[in-house]
Amino acid sequence: MAFDRTSLLLLGALIATLVAGPFLPAWFTFLATVALSKALVVLGVMLLMRAGLVSFGQGLYYGIGAYGAGLAANMLGIRDAFLLLALGVAASAVVAAIVSVLLARYRDIFFAMLSLAFSMIFYGLLVRSAALGSTDGFNLPPANFAGWSPVGATGRSAVFMLTAVLAFLAAIGAHRYLKSTLGMIGEAIRTNEIRVEYLGASVRRAIQIKVVLAAALAGAGGVLTALAASHIDPGLAYWTTSGEFVFVALLSGTAHVAAPLIGCMLFELIRTFAVQYAPYTWQMVVGASMLAVIMFLPGGLWSLVRMRLRRTA
Amino acid sequence: MQQLIAILVDGTVYFSWLFIVSLGLTLIYGVMNILNIAHGSLFALGAYMAAWVIGAWFAGGLPPAASFLAFAVAGVAVGAVLGLVIERGVLTRMYGSDPIVIILATYAVFLILEDVITLVWGLDPYLAYQPYALLGRVQLAGISFSIYDLGLVVTALVLAAASWYALNRTRQGKLLLVVIHDREVSAAMGINVRLKFTMTFMIGAALGALGGALSAPGISVVPGVGVDIIVLAFAVTVVGGLGSIPGALVGALIVGLCRAAAVHLMPEAELFVIYSVMALVLAVRPQGLFGRAIARKI
Repeated sequence: MAFDRTSLLLLGALIATLVAGPFLPAWFTFLATVALSKALVVLGVMLLMRAGLVSFGQGLYYGIGAYGAGLAANMLGIRDAFLLLALGVAASAVVAAIVSVLLARYRDIFFAMLSLAFSMIFYGLLVRSAALGSTDGFNLPPANFAGWSPVGATGRSAVFMLTAVLAFLAAIGAHRYLKSTLGMIGEAIRTNEIRVEYLGASVRRAIQIKVVLAAALAGAGGVLTALAASHIDPGLAYWTTSGEFVFVALLSGTAHVAAPLIGCMLFELIRTFAVQYAPYTWQMVVGASMLAVIMFLPGGLWSLVRMRLRRTA
Repeated sequence: MQQLIAILVDGTVYFSWLFIVSLGLTLIYGVMNILNIAHGSLFALGAYMAAWVIGAWFAGGLPPAASFLAFAVAGVAVGAVLGLVIERGVLTRMYGSDPIVIILATYAVFLILEDVITLVWGLDPYLAYQPYALLGRVQLAGISFSIYDLGLVVTALVLAAASWYALNRTRQGKLLLVVIHDREVSAAMGINVRLKFTMTFMIGAALGALGGALSAPGISVVPGVGVDIIVLAFAVTVVGGLGSIPGALVGALIVGLCRAAAVHLMPEAELFVIYSVMALVLAVRPQGLFGRAIARKI
């Protein structure tokens, strides 16, 4: 299979990121790690949005990923980042596979509300379980990478590299998925679901696959966030977290798989600087920027990129 | 037995302010098809406003009996004014766009208002216990009730009756029902739909803030109070059926009683129970207990 322009561009960007990685300042490495792990979640939200589905409960899978990794690290003593990642993703995907049976029957606001309800159930369990640290959460030991256990800055850099590789590869994967028959069915579901059925495709199956894919991405994002921050708390599964993912997805635009990566970086930058320079009004800054994008750039930030592309072409 | 009564009493009190808040939310959804996340901030604003008015009122030595009117009016006023600002300033520019975009716009407003609240009132909790203390308690059938709570329940029921009357027995209310039924035809028939939207949003916002104001004496008003309320209100409206007023009544009762039962019997399960009920209702009857099923559009 030949790589198209988008895949090549993303691969190029990945290589550039990996080369630049070791030279980035520590604060930026952390910011970029969190941004890219959230980008994985937002990528999943975007996949759902392409089918016209909005999940207000991606925090569920994000939280399951993070808590799955945290529990595996603390209780089973697993330190290997790859294994933790696999466990977190598997846990999210399994839960999503079960939940998707029900979710696939819903559209619009009902899909959003049911996913919200599921994530809030999980949140409710987390905040009240003393064994999992209730509202405080718990800490994670540093991870190792297939036997190599870097410490301090090197360790953080390693998590960043892993996140970058996963985020860009996931973006390429999502791009290929959207171009595949299954992905195209997703677009068709958004425009006219019943005709998709007439054409002989199963809408329910396509949606279930999308839900599981999005959940796996969110689970991976959760594990990586947990590894980057070395701490997890129930806030990961709260509705504001889920809302933020939808928000960033819309802010970035859903037209292109690179949009979530760029959008998340920008969002984390805005947030970090807002917290730094306006500690009491950062939510206001973030809210106002979002409102501005919604009102003046209905296609998301990606429409800026597209405008440029069109002008040069 | 004692515990059962305690659950019923607490559940009814939860019900009353949940209903007042959800009434505003469901009204806005029913008429405008907007799920207003900023409703949580309006609740918080109402609560802060009321707590602040109560504090100032009693510190100033004004007649205590009038304080009830003062803080309720303050709540309604702050809600109505902000409702006007949000509707005219933000939402009016977005009618016709994707519903999810409008929801997220209200989320942005919510984030902004959260910081406005902390800027105005700071991060310290506000306590406004005076109205509770002032009214005292009453013994009924061997159980002690707070009179303020009883008043709250009565207020909720009066509001339920008033909203039913306003919608079904007044000219303006009937016009609103027409708008709900078919927006385009009613506009063609000469109903000012824009104005109806503004009025609805103001009333809905005022109800959200009133819910906050009335619950303020019973809770400690802290930052983040609106964040928790809005998902509870979502649960109520979804259980009852989005956009349905009887639905909000029943939904608030179910959620209120479930919450009270969980708090008394198994405090760990409080949130779990509420959202499980929400998921269960959605699974069995997605349009909610009182909602109308919408036919699939081809």
